[in-house]
Amino acid sequence: MATAAKGVVLLDFWVSPFGQRCRIALAEKGVEYEYKEENLWDKSPLLLKANPVHKKIPVLIHEGNPICESLLIVQYIDEVWSNNPLLPSDPYERAQARFWADFVDKKVSECWTRLWKVKGEAQEEARKDMIEDLKLLEGELGDKQYFGGETFGFVDVAFVPLSAWFYTFETCGNFSVEKECPKLVAWAKRCMERESVSKSLHDPHKVYEYVCQLKKKLGVD
Amino acid sequence: MVSGGEVKLFGMWASPAVRRVEWALKLKGIKYEYVEEDISNKSGALVQYNPINKQVPVLLHNGKPIVESLVILEYIDEVWKHHPILPKDPYERAMARFWAAYSEDKVALMCRDAVRRVFFAEGGERAKAIECLEETLRALDGELEGKEFFGGENIGFSDLVLGWMAFWLGVSEEVASFEVLDPKKFPWFTSWIDNFLQVPAIKENLPPRDKTVAFFHGYRRLHLAAPNC
Repeated sequence: MATAAKGVVLLDFWVSPFGQRCRIALAEKGVEYEYKEENLWDKSPLLLKANPVHKKIPVLIHEGNPICESLLIVQYIDEVWSNNPLLPSDPYERAQARFWADFVDKKVSECWTRLWKVKGEAQEEARKDMIEDLKLLEGELGDKQYFGGETFGFVDVAFVPLSAWFYTFETCGNFSVEKECPKLVAWAKRCMERESVSKSLHDPHKVYEYVCQLKKKLGVD
Repeated sequence: MVSGGEVKLFGMWASPAVRRVEWALKLKGIKYEYVEEDISNKSGALVQYNPINKQVPVLLHNGKPIVESLVILEYIDEVWKHHPILPKDPYERAMARFWAAYSEDKVALMCRDAVRRVFFAEGGERAKAIECLEETLRALDGELEGKEFFGGENIGFSDLVLGWMAFWLGVSEEVASFEVLDPKKFPWFTSWIDNFLQVPAIKENLPPRDKTVAFFHGYRRLHLAAPNC
């Protein structure tokens, strides 16, 4: 059910997993919004005004107010549109969800920024860390349908965009996510059955192509 | 004092992340038991309750552990609803969380890491590190303009999270011999430091300064001697 929301704009970049979190959350809530693609090498005056501190996407602008940082945007969306809640209602379970969403950013995203930029021993370390962190996430998932249990929730939204990057992680890091974390791969496939996810994520090969081009552009190789 | 089950906090006296949890507990008048952890010899309990990071603070509420200071603060605010730390309005909550993240963000290397870099910088690196730190202070100063606290008239979530700067930044300056807290450059931020440190729950809950300076001298010496540790 689409909700006619007053002035919801999302400043984003097509391949950004952080932007995709916001797209998934908005879709889960059935919120209509205007999507604005940003050129990260030539940022718009609107983006610079909306996020003067970090100058980064995603930024959600709701009724003229800008909200920055993807996980904060997802929480904001969850608080403003209360249908299909993403965070559980119990405070302890909410704390667990926040912890794991933060883990995805602090650990997995951080590993990734090392993995594709460095070589040799440093890359080997990044690869080991990445596998360890993915295994910890798999441990948290266990035999549940989703990180949120029976329902798709906050941690699922936080992590699933990175599943489109598994192929890139594997290729850059020389390992197999399926081999190391089969439950995560199964979970990602389950999530892709949801329209909110399948419509927001890009083909993993397209993501890899983008990273290769980025590496060339930045002179990393 | 407010009860609401058994509350235990595993901490370390010099840790800013632990203090911010204590400030929240004190502000809300929540009764708790404090357990001092020896970081060089972590207790079985700490490893059991925080197996992933093995760090303090850990809050134990009715036997259930909550870790990561920002997660703990939100938990405390949701369980003990009186004297709220976060505002009610979703947009204001997002802004409060934004400035809290600004303090802690490790990927973007914000305040905490900016101070860390100056603290450990030597020679030529120092000037650049100070420039980065001043940039973060400028942003904070701008956000505080016209306000007594980040939370407005009263301290809130962002104040508690950024509060370490009111005390530990001064300590860092002394230990590593640098100066950034200039009232001419950062008038609102330096005023905020005074305002924040006057709040009773904060004033009565700071580590002893001399002891903290000595501790961080040791910490700095250790790191500079073995930088890859």
